[in-house]
Amino acid sequence: MTTVMTGAVNVLLGRRGRHVPWQRAATRLLITAAIVFVLVWIIFLAGNTSNGPAVSAPSDFLKSILNALTISGLYFIVASGFTLVFGLMRTVQMAHGSLFLLAGYFALEYQLDFVGVTATPDRNQVAWADWWLPLVIGVVVVSGLGLFIQQVFLRWNQGQDLRQALITIAISIVLGDQMIQHFGGVAEPITFTHEIHGYVEFIGIRYGIHQFFVIGMALGVGGFLWLLLKKTRTGMVIRAGVDDTPMVQALGINVQKVFAVAFVLGSALAGLGGVIAGSSVTSLSPGVDGQWLLHSLVVVIIGGMGSLGGAAAGSLLYGVVTAFAPAYLPTDYAYYSIIATFVILALVLAMRPYGLFGRPA
Amino acid sequence: MSEPLLEISSLDVGYGHAQVLHGVDLQVGQEAVSVIGRNGMGKTTLCNAIMGLLPVMGGSIRFRGVELVGLPPYKVAGTGIGYVPQGRRLFTSLTVDEHLAMLARDARGKRWTPTEVYELFPRLAERKKLSATSLSGGEQQMLAIGRALLLNADLMLMDEPSEGLAPTIVEQLVATSRRLVTEGIAVLLVEQNLSVATAVSQRQVVMVSGHIETEIGSQELLDDPDAQRRYLGVESLEDTGA
Repeated sequence: MTTVMTGAVNVLLGRRGRHVPWQRAATRLLITAAIVFVLVWIIFLAGNTSNGPAVSAPSDFLKSILNALTISGLYFIVASGFTLVFGLMRTVQMAHGSLFLLAGYFALEYQLDFVGVTATPDRNQVAWADWWLPLVIGVVVVSGLGLFIQQVFLRWNQGQDLRQALITIAISIVLGDQMIQHFGGVAEPITFTHEIHGYVEFIGIRYGIHQFFVIGMALGVGGFLWLLLKKTRTGMVIRAGVDDTPMVQALGINVQKVFAVAFVLGSALAGLGGVIAGSSVTSLSPGVDGQWLLHSLVVVIIGGMGSLGGAAAGSLLYGVVTAFAPAYLPTDYAYYSIIATFVILALVLAMRPYGLFGRPA
Repeated sequence: MSEPLLEISSLDVGYGHAQVLHGVDLQVGQEAVSVIGRNGMGKTTLCNAIMGLLPVMGGSIRFRGVELVGLPPYKVAGTGIGYVPQGRRLFTSLTVDEHLAMLARDARGKRWTPTEVYELFPRLAERKKLSATSLSGGEQQMLAIGRALLLNADLMLMDEPSEGLAPTIVEQLVATSRRLVTEGIAVLLVEQNLSVATAVSQRQVVMVSGHIETEIGSQELLDDPDAQRRYLGVESLEDTGA
């Protein structure tokens, strides 16, 4: 019976001659069916949704794609830092979101100070240096804090996953409370410099220049990390360290130094993401730290830990789901769009338990 | 034996409460020495302890007069020990060339550079851009040795390099090891393959249940099927016709 079913499923999937356990083939079939259904729904059916079917509202569809790319870019900036730390040191850095938010707050404070206002300034008041300089300050501050956390709390707990997780959770709670104390509980945005302002209009849609800027930054970060990991000695050591840390050490390389570099870099990316996201898609308020930690976790789980390509693929997939779910769920159910994230997680993990680009440790 | 390069005395090592090595004493000079013994006798544990990859419970390991016990692995390697681990342990995300490029900086201007390694193993040069995982077993072993050579070490510590290799590759391995010794590099070889161990070194140190049982000359061991059976649990070379 099983053989018959296996045969049937294999034929359906065009896998003649190759043996695939039938449960697995059935999962594949199910997922293929789900993807086809979602595509057909978005393109032709999608009635009673906020966007409407793509064939009748192509510009809304295009706009959703651009939104997906923007949010993917932000996910990527933050999660690539997370995957660097998580992948290399096997440290579940639970304070990653706190660094994200803290950098945002620092940038915000300095921006208000530079512009000379106490509440959100008008875009035209924000000069070039009033955005870039706070960005640099925020990133530098959290990089330093990241290094401090690694050297003081995590370094001597290498390999103790649970301890490291608990320590970083504690740090995130302390930082969270301190941020409420110093920056208050009111949601505030950072304001982009007026150069990164305005809209582009094409084929009937208006799209913010700052959103293109975010995509550009993400590509820049991706390019930089790719060069770092592929072309430099540090990058090779990081990749080798992901595979087999003790062996790297037995070859005379002080992995601790490389760990520290990776941690600083990961923290800097959390900070960079925090300032850019705080200027574009989110306001800074208590709780944002936890949300972005969760975003990073989702991306890394989907993509596979320690892999740059995985972080990119995970960000893209997650970004598409984040942007499309509210736009293409029937309006009465749009509130449940968050569930789509978990559906994606479940589907990816069902097919590839270590994530799209992940390998067993 | 010449002036000892590596001097291990009363070494105790264990995992948690389970002690594996009991008072190991071993001296290696400017020469090749093989540590032989059956599976589970503590040979690999000895290698890990030397490299600082395992905590040592007692005793000392001195290399050129420097105490290695308590040093982190990268400092142990830095004193001049090249490590070729059991199972090669190549980095799956790195290409052949990257394995060597990663270590090239400190090798610059010394005897062994990536160029020299490629000259020694031309097959690796042909496969520079390939992932280390796509290599054959023999090529992987060449890369593991080449990688260790880039440390320009005084002592090569090789843990079962012949494991799982075809006979012709094993011959090449023996030739390479001998060449290293003639170049003045000491070799500490951990082996189960008697023909490899005896071809590479004159001294055969026999390890049984975590201590050095005896030391025997290669020819003497080859002539004594009974000792071979006792120490290695193998049929003698004559019986198997090897």
